[in-house]
Amino acid sequence: MRGLELRVGAVLVTLVVAAALLSRFWTPYDPTMPAGARLQPASAAHPLGTDAFGRDLLSRLLAGAQSTVYVGVIAVGIAVLIGVPLGLWAAQLPGRASEVLLRATDVAQAFPALLLAILLAGLFGGSTETAMVAIGLASIPQFLRVARAGALQVLASDFVLAARACGIGRLAIARTHVLPNIAPLVGVQATVSFALAILAEAALSYLGLGTRPPTPTWGSMLQQAQSVWFAHPEQAVIPGVAIAVAVLGFNLLGDGLREHLDPRLREEVA
Amino acid sequence: MIRSIAGRLGVFALSLLGASVVIFLACQALPGDPATALLGTSATPETIAAKRAELGLDRPLPVRYVEWVAGMLRGDFGRSFATGDSVTALIAPTLPVTGSLAALSLLLAIVIALPLGMVSALRRRHWQGGAVSVLAQLGMAVPAFWAGILLSIFFGVRLRVLPPNMYVPFAQDPVEWARHLVLPVVSLALVQAAVLIRYVRSAFLEVLHEDYFRTARAVGWTQGRALLRHGVRNAALSLVTVLGLQLAAILVGAVVVEKVFILPGLGSLLLTYADRKDVMVLQAVVMLLVLAVLVINALVEVAYVLIDPRLRAGGRA
Repeated sequence: MRGLELRVGAVLVTLVVAAALLSRFWTPYDPTMPAGARLQPASAAHPLGTDAFGRDLLSRLLAGAQSTVYVGVIAVGIAVLIGVPLGLWAAQLPGRASEVLLRATDVAQAFPALLLAILLAGLFGGSTETAMVAIGLASIPQFLRVARAGALQVLASDFVLAARACGIGRLAIARTHVLPNIAPLVGVQATVSFALAILAEAALSYLGLGTRPPTPTWGSMLQQAQSVWFAHPEQAVIPGVAIAVAVLGFNLLGDGLREHLDPRLREEVA
Repeated sequence: MIRSIAGRLGVFALSLLGASVVIFLACQALPGDPATALLGTSATPETIAAKRAELGLDRPLPVRYVEWVAGMLRGDFGRSFATGDSVTALIAPTLPVTGSLAALSLLLAIVIALPLGMVSALRRRHWQGGAVSVLAQLGMAVPAFWAGILLSIFFGVRLRVLPPNMYVPFAQDPVEWARHLVLPVVSLALVQAAVLIRYVRSAFLEVLHEDYFRTARAVGWTQGRALLRHGVRNAALSLVTVLGLQLAAILVGAVVVEKVFILPGLGSLLLTYADRKDVMVLQAVVMLLVLAVLVINALVEVAYVLIDPRLRAGGRA
């Protein structure tokens, strides 16, 4: 069992990223244009069949991976770039102020990504950008907590004390001592947050509040399947499987990395 | 103990205040002028000014904020800018739908996750533990709304044992109400249970390593008895904290699941009015959802004090 999660996760994530990269250069058909009769079953010409508009499902699935990876990378990027510095800052605050900041993140967590995204979409109109920003902003508390907890541990260590004694400033300590030491923790959190971002993006584009048609996303494929899925269940099954595979991949990769970094967890898993 | 609970309620009140200010500012200060949006580009400055006065937009933000909060305390959420409909009247019929969906889902998720999580912790070196972990991992990867779609297709259309979608009010026909809620509740609960199983598992694993547990086993108690006597209460402590976050997840999950099953709940209302960019309705529904999450969090905190005698003296969690 040891390392199995890590391996399976890495394979699934590679699969999704490869599909995303591939679709930038090549898909069997144009994913936004009809390529044959409507709602065809799987065939040699269309390995997964066609959708209600006659578009090739395999092409749309591949192109959907691109939207998923794109939104995930930007959303998690926003959360890391804002959350980690905030967490480092929080770790250096005196106890009271740090406590207040933590309470504020508690309140922030009462706004889940999806709710924030619906609110932003209602105010500015739904788009890829509002989805990314909303998911990114809603993920900041997770990174703030991880970075703060990690930084507190590092700051209490002897080598930081030594660095302080040498007169090295706070920023320099944060950069040379704290950041490299908490990077693995942040990496694990980023993987887990990526999985959550995929779920949020899928729900948003299913609701019609994310990436606009005709750009294919797995969520919007489900939305377009809604009128036909009772007669053609495969239209709902195929994009859903893609979402589940991607989320499973990132979750397994995150768990595997965490276990790899923290040998104490291994006993429980074996 | 009273002091400790009062402190937590104080934090709750402050959180509520903070959240309401953020929501109000986001809805009222960020977007363009609703009066201009309503009247279109052909409107003259005079008609826009008149419309702004009619909607109450000509008064300063702080005044409008205080009026909004005072109104909510009386149960009045204001009127839609676009249609003039009372927001309270729009929201009221949706509350039982979303409320029963969320509450039943959370309950079912707990009922599923507690025994499975315990099995997973106790039998972690056997196939049962591994099987539960694999199931939980798979369940976490499935979006609740997709689970709903599959359940609706399979049980609603293929097998025809349950209605595939729509809603029947409880007062109209309690049996049909329950039948219509089964699939949405199960789809939300399965996914939440998968998340919860992992917390239950690690909570019980922690207990298994405690000295008091080893002592109980050493004096001859069976594992089951020791777990029931010592384990459940200690594990409950860490689980209670998770429930607040779980409820937030279930509420947003419900928004999406309501679309799959065409349920006339808070989520459907939110989506309809987000589409129309009706700020007053958006503001009210988001505030209600956040309020629900914060109330549950506050109750969790109080429950924490009640469960853990160490906190009654005023200590910190």
